[in-house]
Amino acid sequence: MNSMDFPLLSLLLALPVAGAILVALLPRERTELVKGVAFATCVAALVLSLPLYFNFQPGVTGFQFEEVTDWIPGLNISYHVGVDGISLFLVLLTTLLSAVAVLSSWTAITEQVKEYMALMLLMETAMLGVFVSLDLFLFYVFWEASLIPMALLIGRWGGTRRIYAAIKFFLFTMAGSALMLVATIVLYLWGGGTSDLPKLLSSQIPAWLQVWLFAAFALAFAVKVPLFPLHTWLPAAHVEAPTAGSIILAGVLLKMGAYGYLRFALPLFPDAVPLFAPWLSILALIGIVYGALVALAQEDVKSLVAYSSVAHMGFIVLGTFALTPQAVSGAVLQMVNHGLSTGGLFLLVGVLYERRHTRLLKDYGGIWVKAPIFGSFFIITALSSVGLPGMNGFVGEFTILLGTFRVNVVYAAIATFGIVLAAWYLLVAVRRLLFGPLNPANTDLSDMNAREIAVMLPLVVFFFVIGLFPNLFFQKINPAVETMTSQVTQTRAVAEMSNE
Amino acid sequence: MIIQSIWLAIAFPLAGLLFNGLLGRRLGRGVVGIVGPGTVALAFVVGLFAGLDLLALPAQDRAIVVTLWNWISVGSFRAGMSLLADPLSVLMVLVVTGVGFLIHVYSIGYMEHEEDRLYARFFTFLNLFIVSMLILVLADNYLLMYVGWELVGVCSYLLIGFWFRRGDDPQDPVRLKDGELVPVPANLNPADSGKKAFIVNRVGDFGFALGVFLIWTTFGTLNFADVFGAAPEIASGTVTVITLLLFVGAVGKSAQLPLYVWLPDAMAGPTPVSALIHAATMVTAGVYMVARSHALYALAPTTSLVVALVGVITALYAATIALVQTDLKRVLAYSTISQLGYMFLAVGVGAYASGMFHLTTHAFFKALLFLAAGSVMHALGDVIDIRRMGGLRQKMPRTYWTFVIGALALAGFPLTSGFFSKDEILAKAFEFSPILWALGLLTALLTGFYTFRALFVAFWGSARDQELFDHAHESPGVMTWPLILLAGLALFGGILGLPQILGVDHALAGWLHPAFADLEGEGAEAIHHGLSAGLEWGLLGLSSVIALLGIGLAYWFYVANPGWPADLAVRFKSVFKLLVNKYYVDDLYDLLFVDPGKALARFCAQGIDNAAIDGIIDGGARLIVQGGAWLGRLQTGFIRHYALAMFLGVIVVVAYFFLR
Repeated sequence: MNSMDFPLLSLLLALPVAGAILVALLPRERTELVKGVAFATCVAALVLSLPLYFNFQPGVTGFQFEEVTDWIPGLNISYHVGVDGISLFLVLLTTLLSAVAVLSSWTAITEQVKEYMALMLLMETAMLGVFVSLDLFLFYVFWEASLIPMALLIGRWGGTRRIYAAIKFFLFTMAGSALMLVATIVLYLWGGGTSDLPKLLSSQIPAWLQVWLFAAFALAFAVKVPLFPLHTWLPAAHVEAPTAGSIILAGVLLKMGAYGYLRFALPLFPDAVPLFAPWLSILALIGIVYGALVALAQEDVKSLVAYSSVAHMGFIVLGTFALTPQAVSGAVLQMVNHGLSTGGLFLLVGVLYERRHTRLLKDYGGIWVKAPIFGSFFIITALSSVGLPGMNGFVGEFTILLGTFRVNVVYAAIATFGIVLAAWYLLVAVRRLLFGPLNPANTDLSDMNAREIAVMLPLVVFFFVIGLFPNLFFQKINPAVETMTSQVTQTRAVAEMSNE
Repeated sequence: MIIQSIWLAIAFPLAGLLFNGLLGRRLGRGVVGIVGPGTVALAFVVGLFAGLDLLALPAQDRAIVVTLWNWISVGSFRAGMSLLADPLSVLMVLVVTGVGFLIHVYSIGYMEHEEDRLYARFFTFLNLFIVSMLILVLADNYLLMYVGWELVGVCSYLLIGFWFRRGDDPQDPVRLKDGELVPVPANLNPADSGKKAFIVNRVGDFGFALGVFLIWTTFGTLNFADVFGAAPEIASGTVTVITLLLFVGAVGKSAQLPLYVWLPDAMAGPTPVSALIHAATMVTAGVYMVARSHALYALAPTTSLVVALVGVITALYAATIALVQTDLKRVLAYSTISQLGYMFLAVGVGAYASGMFHLTTHAFFKALLFLAAGSVMHALGDVIDIRRMGGLRQKMPRTYWTFVIGALALAGFPLTSGFFSKDEILAKAFEFSPILWALGLLTALLTGFYTFRALFVAFWGSARDQELFDHAHESPGVMTWPLILLAGLALFGGILGLPQILGVDHALAGWLHPAFADLEGEGAEAIHHGLSAGLEWGLLGLSSVIALLGIGLAYWFYVANPGWPADLAVRFKSVFKLLVNKYYVDDLYDLLFVDPGKALARFCAQGIDNAAIDGIIDGGARLIVQGGAWLGRLQTGFIRHYALAMFLGVIVVVAYFFLR
């Protein structure tokens, strides 16, 4: 059992902050040392997060590695953290991608390296906090805290329109989370002065209130996912963000929205779910088809990958609201998959950008000849993103679609058609980047170096590990998902019966 | 028993691909050329022993399931990494690895001019294909079959685009006798051809995936044995929908109407790829899938009729296009589409064993024809236009004679392998409906004609391009020996399935019988058609006559009276142009799907995303900024203004309470 008194999660949360402070104290000129400390901190956090996987008990329902301490005793708000099968892999994804992101910034970031690295580390703590918080106010604090470093990363180290992108990103998310804060306060007051998630889960909230609260939470999460038509901050942010920012943004930040639905909106407000589920599912479907179509029309490869995220996140939301074990477990796994695959794509785009300072497809062509390792990585990652069997994306998409098909054939059919479109836009990208005659501008293009390969390799290994042995993940995801889905559907059934 | 380790058949080429993929470039082409074909040979040996193991078992026990690991389990859904070795899958293993091995060996010679890196990459991809195809045929459930199904598609994509630097290949126009130049559509470049193949296949897979979902929601399992066992209790409407959806996948993978358009362009890949993937094995996956699912298809007569009709119409349709192709590989590509149509005709009329028989013989003779065509290309520096060939039989006797054997088998010349398998299908079709039979027979006539047209133009007569001709040489032994072995199979492969009226056993039907035993009337003892011996002899005779007639007509037109085809082209100019342009179907699809898709994408990106959504949002933001500036002017800083405002406000509130 993991009823150890060892405060693993708190340590995990504190470690990056400590690293950030250390980085801040280092002399500015020692950039190599700054980078080294930052990377070492990320690796340490990654190592520290591994026991979460190995000591996680798949058969146990409820939260594990729980810690509760008074935080604001006067208001009965506590510091309550813990993980279950839904959050476990998001925590691990965060520690992995943070290390990847820091390593990928090694040569890309040359100005104010110290501030950059400190922000990356603060970002990591904020993201981890979002996924382990079991108190609504604590969650809100981390949720907002994650906003600031990212906005700064985009606004300071971004591309030419970075200020516009940073403000757009900040305002969109703030607009959503303001409503979430109001809903949290209402919930706190109504729930007898507690913001503790497990306590709130067992309280009875009247259906009319659930509808309003769900709407407020759902909007905040929809901005983050992002759902159509609230997605336009995403391509702007991605195109302007430095590579590491994009990796974190697509890999982890978007997951916070989808995670919010699973952790809070669905279990807290099950009576509101039947009212909203069809609408959110339809928005998700629009995202799948629309995101793919817009991706197809992009000239900027980073923008293409950004829009592919809109489509891929649509699958995750669709699976979430299908509320069958297959679809929801698939959605949880697909969050990890999308983080790895899209993170990988952004990483590879960054590799090119660092060399040629352009992201336009027309500036490339035929570069597989010049950069065979890059080309092979790109093809593998693209195929993972397209959902090729044997790799990660397939397992997630398949289970989502299968679980959705059970409850709505039309939704499943439209989403399955989205897979055809996904093949189209990604193969266009492969075609225009790698194939065709070599564009003379790329004659001096160098292949990936050892550091870049080292960054990419763990992602590729996970493509195949998840694709071939998904049960290593499902066995820990399933119990939490089954608890959640049966709660939501049962409460709903009870409510429906009492209505009659 | 080795059959319990049937996974070794997959593991060997898998090891080969990892070895060649990671180390091949460093170890040099000698090692690559041994590892690539060698691992496939080992897989063949595994298949052979597995087959012997099956024979040692009693007929009803000839289905061994080997579970490697529990792959996906979520809630009530389970799918295993588990393999099924039964006569049907082992036959496919032998065809894939047997023909595959010969093609691997041939590739050692064919790819000799590639640089080391590409040479290693080629064998890596070829081995990956063998692995994928074996997963497809050995899967014991629909999900794993789908895995193989998608993986072979990726291999096809990668290998079609192998020479990804090349551009479109423009074709010389045809100069008609009246002086008009008829443009011949250019051959699409390899990179776009690969992309096209993958996307068109995904359209088919869309149907296949939905079929798999429906199987699961209907049966609660994807395991073949469980699904087929429970099938009779399922409403026939559901079975019809399931089988139709699966067939959509088959139409894509096996290049049938209306999704065949990718296969001719797939010829942009290296010729061994065309032989292995786009003729002998991958494209037959759809036929295999239907045969594997025969328990479902037998319960869905409507679907079966659709399968048979699509098959026979595709067979005839593709054969007409093949009549005028000037690219030797494309003649063969359209003939592959046409022959696959025969196979679907067979499984559509319920003759599953006959379909598998033709699949097997076709793998022999079509692989042979492609490799022989590749040998010609190798000799002529990649020239593939038959109008630039001529007289090659003196220069390349081995290639020529093996090509002749392949052509005879394709044309259904009596006693060759293709003759027996095609005749069996036609007889079964006759039994089902004489109309289907007549269409099949007409296709057979065209087949004999277009096959020998290509042969006479390319190999007979005198050289049309003296420079090319002088350059031509016979290919090395590493290429001609596979040709000779395949020629032997194409010639004598018919003994696998001799007709019952000759008084011998139908060996292949006997072998497959345990796999099809659930169908009454199928198998060795029932291979006797419901036809009388006289009628059967009559059909056999007619098939022979038709094949000879097709060949004879080709001789008449292209050897005896070489001016006639040109006259005909002028007389039926519109038909000729229609065929040269492949019925304009590619242009039609561009017009109907590709261009509107791109336009819609642009509209979404510019019209909706940039203009509408961001317009509203940026506009809203500007409004707020301006509104703020406007409101800011209220803050004048003069106390008296604020006092006045407060005073007015109090009046309004008081008035409200009084007047309420």
